[in-house]
Amino acid sequence: MTQVRLERIAAARSGDKGEGSNVGVIARSEEAYRFLKEQLTEDRVREHFAAINHGAVRRYEADNMRVLNFILEDSLGGGGSASLKTDAQGKTHGLAILRMLIEVPEEILRATPFEE
Amino acid sequence: MPGKETVLVANGQGFWGDSILGPIRLVREGPLDYLTLDYLAEVTMSIMQKLRSRNPEAGYATDFVRLVDRILPELVERDVKVIANAGGVNPRACVAALLEIAKKHGQGDLRVGMVEGDDIYGRLDELLESGEEFINMDTGAPLSSVRDRVTSANVYLGAFPIAEALGQGAHIVVTGRGTDPGLVIGPLIHEFGWSEGDWDSLAAGTVAGHIVECGAQCTGGNYTDWRRVPEMARIGYPVIEAHADGSFVVTKHDGTGGMVDRSTVAHQLAYEMGDPKNYITPDVCADFTSFSMDEEARDRVRVSAVKGLPATDTYKVSISYRDGWKAVGQLTISGPDALEKARLCSQIVWDRLAFDGYEYAPEERLVEYVGANVCHEGIPVEGAEQPSEVVLRLGAKGPDREKVDRVGMELVPLVTSGPPGVTGFAGGRPKATEIIGFWPALIHKDKIQTRVQTFTASEGMS
Repeated sequence: MTQVRLERIAAARSGDKGEGSNVGVIARSEEAYRFLKEQLTEDRVREHFAAINHGAVRRYEADNMRVLNFILEDSLGGGGSASLKTDAQGKTHGLAILRMLIEVPEEILRATPFEE
Repeated sequence: MPGKETVLVANGQGFWGDSILGPIRLVREGPLDYLTLDYLAEVTMSIMQKLRSRNPEAGYATDFVRLVDRILPELVERDVKVIANAGGVNPRACVAALLEIAKKHGQGDLRVGMVEGDDIYGRLDELLESGEEFINMDTGAPLSSVRDRVTSANVYLGAFPIAEALGQGAHIVVTGRGTDPGLVIGPLIHEFGWSEGDWDSLAAGTVAGHIVECGAQCTGGNYTDWRRVPEMARIGYPVIEAHADGSFVVTKHDGTGGMVDRSTVAHQLAYEMGDPKNYITPDVCADFTSFSMDEEARDRVRVSAVKGLPATDTYKVSISYRDGWKAVGQLTISGPDALEKARLCSQIVWDRLAFDGYEYAPEERLVEYVGANVCHEGIPVEGAEQPSEVVLRLGAKGPDREKVDRVGMELVPLVTSGPPGVTGFAGGRPKATEIIGFWPALIHKDKIQTRVQTFTASEGMS
């Protein structure tokens, strides 16, 4: 096992969804996708965003795109134009999840090419 | 013409304020049959409704008229049809302005189509009386709780009225509020003769529309591995090569910057996504987990076998309403000890306000130290505790305008009565602006009558 940032095996994009945001995590390989499906749970994501998101976290899966889609239900400081925050639309939440530190088996890393 | 094997549809405007170079380059730099343009966000409808209440000729996206003025000869010469939701809350005035432009360019016979029926602002009470409750889809509250503060109400219409306008010979189609993917599905319905019930085809159009609806966000814009994206300054906007069987290729014009691969397309598919199995539009419920994606060549991703389920019997309605006031101001605080001084500045402001009798609840306040990890709050980031300078953003919101405005008055005084190194007050004192809240709701489709008309400058609009 090696500790890496999630960015090593996944990419991400995020945006606003009502009073919350969605964070789509795109695995960089099939192997990484299967691994993340087990490891990147709703609980783990809720904990990671604890200071940003004050609501529940829901996860959806899209195997065909290798995407795990997380909905952070209350992460924008109010929806629409009510938010005062700099990132009122959750545009940067995708990069925030990629900062997560995870323990990844060597074979997954080998199967997942990464050029920065 | 129906019977075409491949139809090229591109989106040149991802949102209100997107670069005008997108659509201009799409028309000039490669082959194209249809150019779609998205000008509306939820907050735009409310702004346009306000503009129209002051001036009956206003309330649409004037940017679109300026764009057409710039590229009309090329649109005609290359026979590129245009579909834009630029009508806002006043499609009729938008069409009238376009016909003037057409006349100016000697195109008196250019046919402009108009889709109406989405704007239910003036019908709200009648609809409430008829039993539509407009229950807030997020909170479950009835619209009656904010009825007197509503500033706009628009139905997200589907793609069939757009196809109808094209069928009537329109070269340009102007709509009000509709779904973003509908701008792309409309021409495909027209070209391929799809009809209600062709759920898989309509779902494929929906997926295609979703991929291109944010412009360059599927061709390398806002992409995780940004160092790999070639020539971002000349980024190509997306082009869909659509086929009658519903399969399509996502690509961009040869020689443009940016890139298209499985990953850039998956990035955009994941954008603003809810439940991918059930992407609801007025035309179809699309299953975003159903299809396959293949990189068939450089900058070409083929999407096939999209599945769809029957549409629901409701439209989504976007209602906006006045929801209080907000004000945010900012100052820049230099080092040494930038973050420590910024924290002191913030404390001084709230203490001075309290001294004057103004108390703000935690949820009414904003304090951000930009430069010290505000975007990724709570997530460990190297160097966040020792920024060489920070921008202090400080503000408040609430129902009382005067109380919100009071906060802004205590910000600039920090320059002379706070710690040293406070600058960047050129913006001056922030003023309270109105918060526009959104009220997502549903309405039964049988309550909505869409109307499609086409006009030319020669015939006039009467």
